[in-house]
Amino acid sequence: MCGINGIAALSMQTKINERDVRSMLPALHHRGPDGSGIYLDPGQRIGLGHTRLSIIDLTGGAQPMHNEDQTVWVTFNGEIFNYLELRQTLLKQGHSFHTHSDTEVIVHAYEQYGDAFVQHLNGQFAIALWDGNRQRLLLVRDRAGILPLFYTRQGDRLLFASEIKALLPQLAEAPRISPTALDQIFTFWAPRSPNTLFEDIFEVQPGHMLVLENGCLRESVYWDWRFPEQDDYHQGSDTELAEQLYELLVDATRIRLRADVPVGAYLSGGLDSSALVALIRNHSDAPLKTFSIGFEEQSLDESAFQQQMVEHLGVENSRILCRNRDIAEDFPATIFHTETAILRTAPTPMRQLSGLVRTSGYKVVLTGEGADEALGGYDLFKEAKIRQFWGRHPQSEWRPLLLKALYPYLETSGAQAKAYLRKYYSIGLDNPDQPGFSHLTRWFTTSQCKVFFSQELNATLREDAIDRLTGQLPPAFGHWHSFNRAQYLEAKTLMGDYLLCSQGDRMLMSNSVEGRFPFLDHRVIEFANRLNPRLKMRALNEKYLFKQAMKNQLPRQILERHKQPYRAPDIPAFFSAHPPAYVDDLLSEEKLNRYGYFDAQKVGFLVKKARRGSSIAYKDNMALVGVLSTQLCHYFFIERFSQTIRETASLT
Amino acid sequence: MKKIIRQYILGNLLFTEDESALQDGDSFLDGGIIDSTGVLEIILFIEETFDIKVNDDEMLPANLDSVNNLVAFVNRKQAVAA
Repeated sequence: MCGINGIAALSMQTKINERDVRSMLPALHHRGPDGSGIYLDPGQRIGLGHTRLSIIDLTGGAQPMHNEDQTVWVTFNGEIFNYLELRQTLLKQGHSFHTHSDTEVIVHAYEQYGDAFVQHLNGQFAIALWDGNRQRLLLVRDRAGILPLFYTRQGDRLLFASEIKALLPQLAEAPRISPTALDQIFTFWAPRSPNTLFEDIFEVQPGHMLVLENGCLRESVYWDWRFPEQDDYHQGSDTELAEQLYELLVDATRIRLRADVPVGAYLSGGLDSSALVALIRNHSDAPLKTFSIGFEEQSLDESAFQQQMVEHLGVENSRILCRNRDIAEDFPATIFHTETAILRTAPTPMRQLSGLVRTSGYKVVLTGEGADEALGGYDLFKEAKIRQFWGRHPQSEWRPLLLKALYPYLETSGAQAKAYLRKYYSIGLDNPDQPGFSHLTRWFTTSQCKVFFSQELNATLREDAIDRLTGQLPPAFGHWHSFNRAQYLEAKTLMGDYLLCSQGDRMLMSNSVEGRFPFLDHRVIEFANRLNPRLKMRALNEKYLFKQAMKNQLPRQILERHKQPYRAPDIPAFFSAHPPAYVDDLLSEEKLNRYGYFDAQKVGFLVKKARRGSSIAYKDNMALVGVLSTQLCHYFFIERFSQTIRETASLT
Repeated sequence: MKKIIRQYILGNLLFTEDESALQDGDSFLDGGIIDSTGVLEIILFIEETFDIKVNDDEMLPANLDSVNNLVAFVNRKQAVAA
């Protein structure tokens, strides 16, 4: 994978100079340590930059890259997995190639198909393409949002880059943290795309294309998650559909093994990564190495299941142990790379894991993200289904008790379960058809962390985060099955805005490792989206059809295992025996008041509680990690704005 | 006892010293003061502080879901124990 950046002129008078484009490169060095390049067009209307992690066509794939007559230029981060097939098609249509890289198919596909070229790409990508003849710039992101692309206007120039930190050297002053983004983070766990943590800095949304032409930016949607509106689901028996799904998954995996370097895989011990490793093992001859993470905290550890799969498939596995203090020590570096506040420490172990991949000599891993969203795996979907079922008879005594199966810690006694389940999970029960119904318990619980917002921050908040989100849903949303509505919300909020970036790309690329996601092949998503919801969740059996598809490939214990959510220690990581100095410093009354986002007195109570070790509530953990990561973002990108730019520049 | 309970709820669940933030009759659940795990915190607190044992069948909002309910409940438990 790689880092891309560039600057485009927004007015006729503006000239772009190479030095400015070059100033953005050092912050992207970790994304592409194997080389870098710059293209400046003769009219100085645009400059494109690129840092390269070489994976395909190691000698010929340098970027930015151009077409036959050097009128179309591209800087590209990602992989076009169907590039071999596309190349054949384009050759037949008369295009000539001067490399064997997947990048070159982009310029020729653009020549051939115009803006619709993106419809022909199967892959993960962030693309900046300059058409010199028509003097237009295209910024495009892949369908699911695997690779990032940020932009901002700065006077008469449009700046864009794979990471926000690469924009900083070209900003006149430090960015400001956006109150709206904080409100969204403390509701949905992440800023809602296209927002970022920072005011006036945006990201290109997944499945969107931005076109800059004549000084104007125009945005269009070329792909989105869509579901049947008239019950026109796939026809066929369970067996037939399971076979079709299996064939698709085999192909999605096969094309993701294309690389000129060895490819590894993450193995968590859960169903999805186990299935993926089985697919690789059974459909390729490539020697396979897998990578796993274990936790010092036993309740979070899945080592036994990892070992079971390692033995079942005979793969070579490397494992790293995550201790609580590793999380505390690495958390600032994690936040430097997420470039946003987060409510969970879970990204930090993922960074340790990509570090293990890198030191093992690997640059590419396949990973199982997306199966839960596309094929219906999350407990949240079950919760929504039960709440929906309960909402039809709100007075029912036993319907809410189904929730106990989901959350074992609730299972203390009949009396407690009944009384508290009823109260806690009945949010929105009077109107189960409202757009956000499936996610209301999560969003309301998370929103309780806003009690720590300072008065000043509260005073700047206008619109409710949930109202704003539901106001932006696609028109067809209301016509979809309630299960599909929940899937859409999950794919667009938690997966796109958090899992694939803060916990995905950023943690992988911080160690120069590329992740590949077969379950997020758009053919898999489109097929899955037309499956009848009962094939995703049969009664309360999650990912039903997927399990049918994989049943001959996996041990029964893995197939029947209750899903364990991936989690890392939160508060205990920071308040064990020797907390690092930055924790006390950034949570001090002085720093909290100076930065201004949080109520120092309330945070003081929370810290006291955390230090006593008596903080067990879900929301206390989220609040503490959220406050600490916001403080770290302010520290890196605002308070130390100039130093951060200087230090980043001197690293390379 | 009410003072100790109020102090605990204010400092540990509302994160404030502001007495006006909590009325003795306020429901913790309705007010969003506790989440699904929060009730366990309250039980731990009263068990440790008042040396009582909360039985499974006593984990009810009627016993635990406001300052007033807690005071009455702890009083009853201590009376039985004495």
